[in-house]
Formats: sequence, structure tokens, C-alpha cells
Amino acid sequence: MPKPYLMIHIRPGKCDYCGCCVGVCPEDAIELQESKIAIIEERCTNCRKCVWACPWEVIEFHREGVTNLPREISALDNMQFASSVK
Amino acid sequence: MRQDYDIVVVGAGPAGSTAARYAAAGGASVLMLEKDRDVGYPVRCGEAVSHEGVVQFIQPDPKWIASTVTKFRLIAPNGKSVVPRLDGVGYVLERRIFDYELAKLAANEGAEVVTKAYVYDLLKDDKGAAVGVRALVKDEKVDIRCRVVIAADGVESRVGKWAGIDTTCHIRDMESCAQMTISGIDLENDVLDFYFGDDVSPGGYLWVFPKGKNTANVGLGLSVEEAKKKPAIRFLQEFIEKKFPRAAILTHIAGGVPCAKTCAKIVENNVLLVGDAAHQVNPVSGGGIVSGMIGGMMGGEIAAEAIASKDLSHLTEYEKRWHKRLGWRHDVFYNIKEAIAGFSDETLNSICDSALKLPEEKRTLGGIFRVALWNRPSMLLEVARVFVS
Repeated sequence: MPKPYLMIHIRPGKCDYCGCCVGVCPEDAIELQESKIAIIEERCTNCRKCVWACPWEVIEFHREGVTNLPREISALDNMQFASSVK
Repeated sequence: MRQDYDIVVVGAGPAGSTAARYAAAGGASVLMLEKDRDVGYPVRCGEAVSHEGVVQFIQPDPKWIASTVTKFRLIAPNGKSVVPRLDGVGYVLERRIFDYELAKLAANEGAEVVTKAYVYDLLKDDKGAAVGVRALVKDEKVDIRCRVVIAADGVESRVGKWAGIDTTCHIRDMESCAQMTISGIDLENDVLDFYFGDDVSPGGYLWVFPKGKNTANVGLGLSVEEAKKKPAIRFLQEFIEKKFPRAAILTHIAGGVPCAKTCAKIVENNVLLVGDAAHQVNPVSGGGIVSGMIGGMMGGEIAAEAIASKDLSHLTEYEKRWHKRLGWRHDVFYNIKEAIAGFSDETLNSICDSALKLPEEKRTLGGIFRVALWNRPSMLLEVARVFVS
């Protein structure tokens, strides 16, 4: 089933392929090869743990192309959203 | 490379190579798969080990020792420092050579090693037990059958998950780390420096480990709970700009360290987890080279015994052996880590002051720990609580 939104995004070229994000992902939703990393969209629940875990700020929330962002989320900035998700 | 082995080891770091070595020495046919093109590279590690730890597995060799250290210095937030008395020496490694040597030891015992081999799934029988791995070897899909899979696939382990083991590290326990190897700096070549405090690494520590002349690994780790507010790389950049403004940056790396208790299960469905994949890391120091090698040795030996006796139920012995030797200790360290991570800068400063009042012969790590306890009676309660719980 498609998700209403998918906001996790890996900035290509900045990733060091260290695997920190994979280690905290509770959904096994990140695929990491030697120099290739991808989020498996069907499994991602937007929990953002990978975003916080990344030592280099490579993974980020992005809103580009997201049209039906829930109102309560779009009203918050990233930081507040971070603390509101447990 | 054949299509059938007794044991497949996924990952060729220190834990994987040690597992492959002892499994092969125990008479099993062993294949070790490494996802990267090189064994030992990229390095994601501060690279410090103790002599006693490493000598159990390999004789120290100058070609993989960047610096020999005899002291370490704990630096409080106010800049005062204490140097505990230490017996014995430690090394800052050249991991890219060290890992290579460990893989060679495995190969010398008869293990096969294949690099650029990414395992993307397990082959399972109808009961869910692993009977092989599916891999992309040099970008070609290959199925390799085996009796036992040893997962040494690091902090990013997924093999365990496929076997039904929850290897996810809680964000409170995952240390998000960044490190730079910098050169052109002045530093003492035989001292490991550890900086504490909210400015450098809240709840964790920042390390400066000498790596040969005028060069050091400078890195830090902080729990993802803290990294949420400010990521590791920014703390590191600020520290280096302030402390070593003229340094040349030779490498920078990111990494995660699971400073947790050992995974609740490390054996399941013919899969053994070793090293970071099993969270076999000292939760206080974040050190995982030697403990991962000990886990690898146990896993390799037991897997070979199980193959030789044709009794895979013997694999569960691995879990018992690990907990008897190190697992229980890591549980205690975990509780200590929980207490230490909560110290304020003020507490850290006062611990340092009291430690400096100790006579030199009593200024050991244990001595400092005792001072910390007596200095802050409330902490004694905390620690008592963590030991009792």
C-alpha cells in the first residue's frame, strides 16, 4: 500500500556508507552496499531515527513534492517534530 | 569459490576474520564474504587496543602499530586533567593492515575469502532455518549453501534480522560517531586523551589518539538522543577548529557504535552473531575490537564443533560461553555507562579535582572510580542501584 507521504531522503554524494542509520532502523528499511544506500520505501515508517543517527547530517526530511503532509506536522519545524515522535 | 560450504562468515572485520580462522582450524570448510572491495578499508574506528587484549590473537607487529601508548589522560570540562596509573601498554593500530593480517590468519587455516560480495538475503528451509546465503558477488547473483551462517556484518547487521533476531540498536544506546585523522599537529605520541563535557561530547567523550608522529585520530561519539540536537560532525569540527586550527585533515569518517548490552539472542536458526552485529562492545568505552574477536573466536569454534558432531543444536552453547566470559561483564558496564552519561560538567570537574588529590600510586582507574563515588554520595546510591538492579 502506498504511503501518504515519504519524507526521508539521503543526500547523494555526502553519505559515507557507515551503517549507523541501518543499525537504528527498526523496520529493516535501509539497504547498504559498498557505496550504495537506499531506503526501502514500502518499509519506511518515517520514524526519523536514521535522520538523528547520521553523524554527518546526510539523511534529511524533505518536503519536496509532498502535497498531503498532515497539517499538524507541517505546522511544526523539524526539531519540534523530532521531539514529538517517540 | 564453490557453491557449498560448512560455514559462511558474512563480514571480514576483526570479528569475522577471527570467526573464520577458528572455524577453519576446527576442521570446517569456511567461506568469508566481504561487501567492500578491500578487507580493512574503509576504517571506521578510533583504533586503540590494549596489548593484553590483542596478544591473545596475534603477536604485535610494527607494521600495524601506529603508536605505542603508555598513558591515558582524562580531561575534565574545566581543562584540568588526571593521568591514571596504568600497568601495561596499548596500541593505536593501523586497522587497514591489522584487518588484513587477521584475514590472512583465517586464510592460512584454510578459509576462503571473497571481497566485493554483498549478502542480500538468507536461504532458508521450510522451518525457517538458514541453509545458505544469497549474495551479489562482483555484481552477479549467487546462492551459496551452508550449514551455519556467522553474521559479522557490523553495526549495520541485517543477517540477524533475517534470521529472526532483533538486532536494532535503541537510539539511546547507539553512539553516533565522527572522526578525522589529522596531521601537522603537536602532540605527545604515547598518550591517549579523552575529553569530557557538554561542550565537546555530551554524555560521551571525545578522543585524541596519536597515530605516529604529528598525527592523530580525533573523534567523538554521542548517543543518538544527543545527536538529535546537534550531530557529531559539528562537535568535531568545532573542537578541531579550536584546538588544532592548522591541522591538515587526512581522512574523515562516520560510524555507529552499539554501546548496548549484548543482543538478547545471538544464536537463532543456524545463524550466529559476532562482534558489533551482536552488540559485543564494551558499553563504557565503546571499544569493540578485542571483544568482537573473542566473540568471533567462540562463534567459530562452536560452529566448527557443531559441524564436526553433526549436531547443530550445539550452536546454542555459543550464547552460554559468551555470557559466561564477557556478556555478564558488559551488562555491568552498561549500568555504569548509564550512571556516567548522566554526570554534569560540575560533577566531572569535582571528580577530577578529587582524583588529583589522590597519592600517585593510588591514582588508578579503580581509584578514580572510588573517588567519584565517595565524592558524591548521591552517586554512590546511583551506582549501588545499578549494581543491584
